[in-house]
Amino acid sequence: MLTAAHLACSRGERRLFADISFSLAAGEWLHVQGENGAGKTSLLRLLVGLSPADAGEIRWRGALVGGMKTTPEAADFRRELLYLGHHAAVKDELDALENLRFSAAIDGLPFDQVKALAALQRLGLRGRESLPVRVLSAGQKRRVLLARLLTRSAAVWVLDEAFNALDSGAVQLLGALLNEHLAAGGLAVLTSHQPLPLPGGRVLAL
Amino acid sequence: MNALMATARRDVLLALRRRTDVLTAIFFFVIVVSLFPLGIGPEPALLKKIAPGVLWVAALLATLLGLPRLFQADYLDGTLEQMALSPSPLALLIAGKILAHWLLCGLPLVLLAPVLGLQFGLDAASLGMLSLSLLLGTPLLSLIGATGAALTLGVRGGGVLLAVLVLPLYIPTLIFGAGAVAAQSAGLGVEGHLSLLAALLALAVFFAPWATTAALRIALE
Repeated sequence: MLTAAHLACSRGERRLFADISFSLAAGEWLHVQGENGAGKTSLLRLLVGLSPADAGEIRWRGALVGGMKTTPEAADFRRELLYLGHHAAVKDELDALENLRFSAAIDGLPFDQVKALAALQRLGLRGRESLPVRVLSAGQKRRVLLARLLTRSAAVWVLDEAFNALDSGAVQLLGALLNEHLAAGGLAVLTSHQPLPLPGGRVLAL
Repeated sequence: MNALMATARRDVLLALRRRTDVLTAIFFFVIVVSLFPLGIGPEPALLKKIAPGVLWVAALLATLLGLPRLFQADYLDGTLEQMALSPSPLALLIAGKILAHWLLCGLPLVLLAPVLGLQFGLDAASLGMLSLSLLLGTPLLSLIGATGAALTLGVRGGGVLLAVLVLPLYIPTLIFGAGAVAAQSAGLGVEGHLSLLAALLALAVFFAPWATTAALRIALE
């Protein structure tokens, strides 16, 4: 469903990677590995369309996407895509529930409060949903962000260092969420420095 | 349209939770305008003559004060990336942010200006014209300013660069805005000034969100 062919990327004079090709079908996931500065984040940003590739193409269900295109196909891809990057992407002044509500609004999707509360409960934030995110710990902030995995239905998950700042319980939980997602026919592209509690999956070493 | 209102609502809510930013700009406007009558002394004719210029320049600078922070928080915490990846057009989301900026930073100036204008001995018709010209002009300041803020996003010393970039672009707004009030208090026709302001506003409403979006995409790369 998601195919990348001969992707290349450079930062300034430095060539980060070239000729990266892979293809993911429903239920498959890709583990992007590499040293610090190898270009893992660059590859992910390129894949979701936040930055243009020097060469190569990305296809979703056969249609060309990526590179900040504004075509209807690219909009369809974004509708089925959930990208969680390094940044927390949550607002300190808002509480967890409001953060989820505005994320949904920005995505142009209806907000289901019952579903959002269930998601926060599953992530262990029950009772903290009306506290400003500012007073939560780094790991809890991360959990607020991860709640989007449950409230927003997307076929492709692109997670950049999603296991950072999580305790062992949360790592297990995220593993379980990924398992459910893949079992339901989703795709995932992950970067992580630690071994993942997930069966199968392909490895792409940069 | 939902996307536009969603970001506008979110930004207004965020600003209400952290009021200092908004209040600083408004307080700055009030203080700067009030300093002129105190500094110049009781000379009604002179005060009346400089009032339109003083009020308009103060409005310009007050708008400029909050501009560097317009996109910065969203850029640093990754929300801007999420907006760029949203299925809704980014230009609409950005238009919502500009609308919120005007509601928080422009509209209070429109409402406060007549009160402050009293210190300069402006008559009722001129005060009305002051509000009207600011009502047309402040959205223009927000729109042009947003483009400048997007262009200087992530640049070191962006605040100064932003002022250098945006202030010259504010000149037409200043000339026609202050000109309308001056013409009104001199008893001349104001239609020319107002229609030019409105024309500039129509142009900016169309082009500024688009240009801002293009600049933000470059900043995100």
